[in-house]
Amino acid sequence: MASDADNRGAGEQSTDDFIRGLWKENPVFVQVLGMCPVLAVTNSAMNAIAMGLATLFVLVMSNTVVSLLRRFITKQVRIVTFILIIATFVTVVDYLIAAISIDLHKALGAFISLIVVNCLILGRAEAFASKNTVFRSILDGLGMSIGFAFALFCLGSVREILGNGTLLGANLFHDEFQPWVVMILPSGGFFTLAGWLLLFNKLGQRKVRAQLQRSDSDAELGEEKFA
Amino acid sequence: MSDEPLWSIFIGASLINNFVLAYFLGICPFLGVSGKLQTATRMGLAVTFVMLVSSTCAFGINRLLIAIDAPFLRLISFIAVIASTVQLVEMFIKKFSPTLFRALGIFLPLITTNCAILGLALFQTNKGYGFAQCLVYAVGAGAGFTLALVLMAGLREKLELALLPDVIRGTALTLMIAGLLSICFMGFAGLGA
Repeated sequence: MASDADNRGAGEQSTDDFIRGLWKENPVFVQVLGMCPVLAVTNSAMNAIAMGLATLFVLVMSNTVVSLLRRFITKQVRIVTFILIIATFVTVVDYLIAAISIDLHKALGAFISLIVVNCLILGRAEAFASKNTVFRSILDGLGMSIGFAFALFCLGSVREILGNGTLLGANLFHDEFQPWVVMILPSGGFFTLAGWLLLFNKLGQRKVRAQLQRSDSDAELGEEKFA
Repeated sequence: MSDEPLWSIFIGASLINNFVLAYFLGICPFLGVSGKLQTATRMGLAVTFVMLVSSTCAFGINRLLIAIDAPFLRLISFIAVIASTVQLVEMFIKKFSPTLFRALGIFLPLITTNCAILGLALFQTNKGYGFAQCLVYAVGAGAGFTLALVLMAGLREKLELALLPDVIRGTALTLMIAGLLSICFMGFAGLGA
């Protein structure tokens, strides 16, 4: 797989911008960015999806604007400018969610406003959008935020299934299931994320080991050829 | 206006609804700077100071915005104030303690994106606290943040020497300890009025 990535031409660069955020550089599981909303609003799968969509809107819009203005923003004031651009879009999202569903707005509470300080968004503005074209920045924003939403959903669904016995409000088990209340509580957020990270670490290690073995056997083949 | 007594606000912000362990605010520095006890204590103090200043400013700004009837500017003005306060603290620390400045590294400017500080400003506005209540709330939240950070740093210093499987080292382990600490802090729930 690694060699495929190396052989890619410049034409396929844009697909790479998009795919990268989904898995290889997943903002939550690999980069461990934007932890506060990840832990705070994932006590049900629905909240997690709503938060993911709100972040998607803000990230794509802020990436677009930052990328459009990248020639006009001087280096000294860039962080403040980025934060103000992000804050503008977060205000828009805040009012939008309140207009669509008051219940959802109450459930997410201050965490909608707190999207401003999500390190992921500022990080993408600084590391990607301020250096690349608008099209690529939009793709990068889409990929990263879909990866983020995916991670939120992973946590939210596990916590809702174990802590409440439901998924997206639908009852999964009949009355026999005793809910693990701790999973809905704050500590459950920490445990679930720790569990996912463990899984990803384990998979990552296995991949590295497989690659090592493959390169070992390649080396042996090479030696045989020379012999 | 809320008429909650000051002691109850302090205990609520520092122990019962601890910003890190119950509200999940300020997780990034909590995971990042909690490796060493000394750095953790100083980071806690720096954050408490920023909280105090930005909470005072946020109180004034909120009054102003209500007076000119522009509540939609709240978020933008809060974040601008916080960013400038952090800049001030950064210059102050750089001047008076270059060692601390180096130890805190990238996490010092990142106090700007510390959700705990913006969260504090937003919560105090939502709860409708008066001026004295805001100050106590800020000190309480700062104390709670420092407490969580120091506890975590102490535990992690001990665990440096423990024998652990490779998979669990790093963030996963820190998160598990955080989960256990969070369960411990639930024990304070009965303290509230």
